[in-house]
Amino acid sequence: MSKQFQFKLVLLGESAVGKSSLVLRFVKDQFDDYRESTIGAAFLTQTVTLDDGTSVKFEIWDTAGQERYKSLAPMYYRNANCAVVVYDITQTASLEKAKSWIRELQRQADPSIVIALCGNKADLAARRQVTQEEAQKYAEEEGLMWGETSAKTGEGVADIFTAIAKKLPLTAPPSARAGGARAGPAKTGVDLNKQANTQGGQNEPCNC
Amino acid sequence: MDEEYDVVVLGTGLTECILSGLLSVDGKKVLHMDRNDYYGGDSASLNLTQLYRKFRPDGSPPSELGRDRDYAIDLIPKFIIASGELTKILVHTDVTRYLEFKQIAGSYVYRDGRISKVPSTEIEAVRSPLMGLFEKRRAKKFFEFLQSWKDEDPATHQGINLDTDSMKTIYEKFGLEPGTQDFIGHAMALYLDDDYKTKPAREAYERIILYTSSMARYGKSPYIYPLYGLGELPQAFARLSAIYGGTYMLDKHIDEIVTDADGKFVGVRSGTETVKAKQVIGDPSYFGAGHDTEGGKVRVVEEGKVIRAICILKHPIPGTDDADSCQIIIPQNQVNRRNDIYVAMVSSTHNVCAKDVYVAIVSTIVETKNPEQEIAPGLALLGPIYDKFVSVTSLYTPTSTGESDNVFVTRSYDATSHFETVVEDVHAVYKRATGKDLVLKKREAEGES
Repeated sequence: MSKQFQFKLVLLGESAVGKSSLVLRFVKDQFDDYRESTIGAAFLTQTVTLDDGTSVKFEIWDTAGQERYKSLAPMYYRNANCAVVVYDITQTASLEKAKSWIRELQRQADPSIVIALCGNKADLAARRQVTQEEAQKYAEEEGLMWGETSAKTGEGVADIFTAIAKKLPLTAPPSARAGGARAGPAKTGVDLNKQANTQGGQNEPCNC
Repeated sequence: MDEEYDVVVLGTGLTECILSGLLSVDGKKVLHMDRNDYYGGDSASLNLTQLYRKFRPDGSPPSELGRDRDYAIDLIPKFIIASGELTKILVHTDVTRYLEFKQIAGSYVYRDGRISKVPSTEIEAVRSPLMGLFEKRRAKKFFEFLQSWKDEDPATHQGINLDTDSMKTIYEKFGLEPGTQDFIGHAMALYLDDDYKTKPAREAYERIILYTSSMARYGKSPYIYPLYGLGELPQAFARLSAIYGGTYMLDKHIDEIVTDADGKFVGVRSGTETVKAKQVIGDPSYFGAGHDTEGGKVRVVEEGKVIRAICILKHPIPGTDDADSCQIIIPQNQVNRRNDIYVAMVSSTHNVCAKDVYVAIVSTIVETKNPEQEIAPGLALLGPIYDKFVSVTSLYTPTSTGESDNVFVTRSYDATSHFETVVEDVHAVYKRATGKDLVLKKREAEGES
């Protein structure tokens, strides 16, 4: 049986750079030009299978709009194994914002987090404001992965997630992965859902 | 801020975040603001820097306590009782997917100068020094009576009417000693004082059943606790609200609750901006509690004070078999008080502090002019205290229901050891604000997990 790993991936970046669209393309291979802000999805999952048969399941957390007005909760960064920080290649300011999110990750997240800087809207190259050289140079300086994507055409989307999967440390047993412990069967604490039907306790033996 | 909202929520404490989440799921357009740059309000968990900033603005954390980010120190000492109402809300709203829980290792009760474990198994019960042999038999009969009680079956009532007979009557019927009564009423029913004894017994009955069913659910103690601290709870419900369209603004000063000529709520002013909404829900600190400059009109009244001492220890609490976490109850009779003293302790097992550090909060309802002296019996149980952060907090309750002016104020976090009264307040405010009872239905999960 091939190995399976689960990781928590968080998305960051300015509003309207296409974070949700990128995930929608990756997870469901869909795109919607007039997509409203994120509503209703706690997180999505998608599995990438590597060449050696290892499968890497991403539990992808969207910001749910909490990136606006300085209100992203520490819980969001907690146990994140990897982050995709998105900017819009047609907006210089969005790269500056991405840089500030990367600084925030370096401050708040686990030091071993794998960070990918992602230039989205590559299909709008005619309106490009951020050159590939500029972004790539920054990424190299900070030790980040880098790629350009188009959620609209699908270009580069699978590539960036596969590249992250390859970079993640696939050595520890899946149960030891912090991110996986949140949603997967590897959960080590008490499970509230499992016990939810045994309430009342009328017939429990008395222990006193 | 030029849009109009259905509800503005002020403060990101647990009560407000649960309400915000529930209202967003209902389809309401919610704007949620907090003056602090962190989530949780009075129910937050703070890292060391935030803790020192709050209690000792001139000091900074000693480096030997380790990394700032390893700490999540609760401001209020509460645990989640396993079979209680908060657990139900957590499950029904599906926010459990953001959280991980661990048990609290044990519950202890103080008697005659020492602490003993509240038995969680038959074997522990037989060995427990809390009761003599004959008293154990009487207590067994008492618990069998409560466990087998069925409202519809008079044969299980043994001549007792839970709605008219007092708990005192039931204790006397089973011949229980005063020490056993203290144990049952304070360590199990979790009453803070003895007023319950003369009231109809049904509430005490329900509390004891809640305790025993919670104890039976996971085994070691009736309590569970979220990894990374209680502050995770408001964050999880805030995320629920955000996912359903709620807008979040932290670090936002609120200058005025704006009302019209009839005193009805119009909006909230921050600086020169006013955001309009149909209703406002918020914690007492936004409605005049202790802050003359904020909120304008005072809409809350103080109904008591709680003292809480956050103590950082370098060792487990003596006499607890090195438990990684525990609750200790000092019943009021044992120390000649009217209200119990509580100790709540958690540690690195719950990812709230560095390894080999233990965080205990000693608390009680203030009865005298010298509250720090009142918690001395609790502090004495801890052994050497590395550092201590003491606060005396007023408990506020709203002066009106809000139905006439659309201003709905929540209550302060009380001295009880769990969140049941918080959920009661959620139900009450939800009903006042929406006109409907809160019915928990399973949220349709989007995405798989």
